[in-house]
Amino acid sequence: MARIIVVTSGKGGVGKTTTSAAVGTGLAVAGKKTVIVDFDIGLRNLDLIMGCERRVVYDFVNVINGEANLNQALIKDKRVDNLYILPASQTRDKDALTVEGVEKVLNDLSEDFDYIVCDSPAGIEKGAMMALYFADEAIITSNPEVSSVRDSDRIIGMLSSKSRRAEQGLEPIVEHLLVTRYSPKRVNNGDMLSVEDINDILAVKLLGVIPESQAVLKASNSGEPVILDKESDAGMAYQDAVDRLLGQERDFRFIEEEKKGFLSRIFGG
Amino acid sequence: MALLDYFRSNKKNTAKLAKERLQIIVAHERSQLAGPDYLPQLKNDILEVIRKYVDISADKVSVQLDQKSDDLSVLELNVTLPDEKHN
Repeated sequence: MARIIVVTSGKGGVGKTTTSAAVGTGLAVAGKKTVIVDFDIGLRNLDLIMGCERRVVYDFVNVINGEANLNQALIKDKRVDNLYILPASQTRDKDALTVEGVEKVLNDLSEDFDYIVCDSPAGIEKGAMMALYFADEAIITSNPEVSSVRDSDRIIGMLSSKSRRAEQGLEPIVEHLLVTRYSPKRVNNGDMLSVEDINDILAVKLLGVIPESQAVLKASNSGEPVILDKESDAGMAYQDAVDRLLGQERDFRFIEEEKKGFLSRIFGG
Repeated sequence: MALLDYFRSNKKNTAKLAKERLQIIVAHERSQLAGPDYLPQLKNDILEVIRKYVDISADKVSVQLDQKSDDLSVLELNVTLPDEKHN
């Protein structure tokens, strides 16, 4: 039985696909057989972030409709063993996803994989609901910004009311908070919500804090999950998050501003 | 500028403002969204029944569902009727 993890947020552009790619890759590197499933029907992008956009032949909706089998649609990552991608359809609309169809695909994947990472689309429409419905765990991705935090709160409400676990009265979904695009300097200046502020409002256990980093754009430019950039701050922060997800203790890094000397503070830079 | 920043002490803390605004709106939205999907319709139906007898506006009826414990929920209905003397 695979563990199903949904990466969700409500708001768009906060880093769901970047996080899905990084966490999925991290789990595979840790030896867990992992598939990342793109639920953003009509606007697929996971393939681009993972660098396999030219290898897409069949997609999630083809499999649901029986036009292809799973083995035809799954794309094996060329860098990391144990890592597969199931791309979303680019042409269909979101109604192509049905509870029965998604359940069948997830059940089939479940027999073969240790982890299924579901990359949710933004919003609270059908695609997002399907992505979270079967989840065992959720990574709620939020920027330190008011609209993102508010939308995250809505999604947390839906995890506890609209998911399969909620409907069937099972153990609730395990929720994790991942704060992305964090800038300790701006927090210290009083211009940005701190991790503590966000947690006071959302009250979800913190999985990781990803600093605002140039490495993220560089990674997506080149189609490499940022976690593979082991020298970068964002890469290291994602690695810590994956380690925590797997039950290991990791101190939080990159949440304090780097100390500057007295002179550089006076003269800037 | 860095020199000026260093001595400027009473900076406006917008993060604090953001947190206060969020706490208020999130608490409000949680209370609105809590409870089963039928609650808004139930409130409307109750309002319609009352309106057959008394002319009241929607904001005079409040319907609240509280989860007291695992197996006990209390539906609280609060109706403010208009003052008799004015009728």
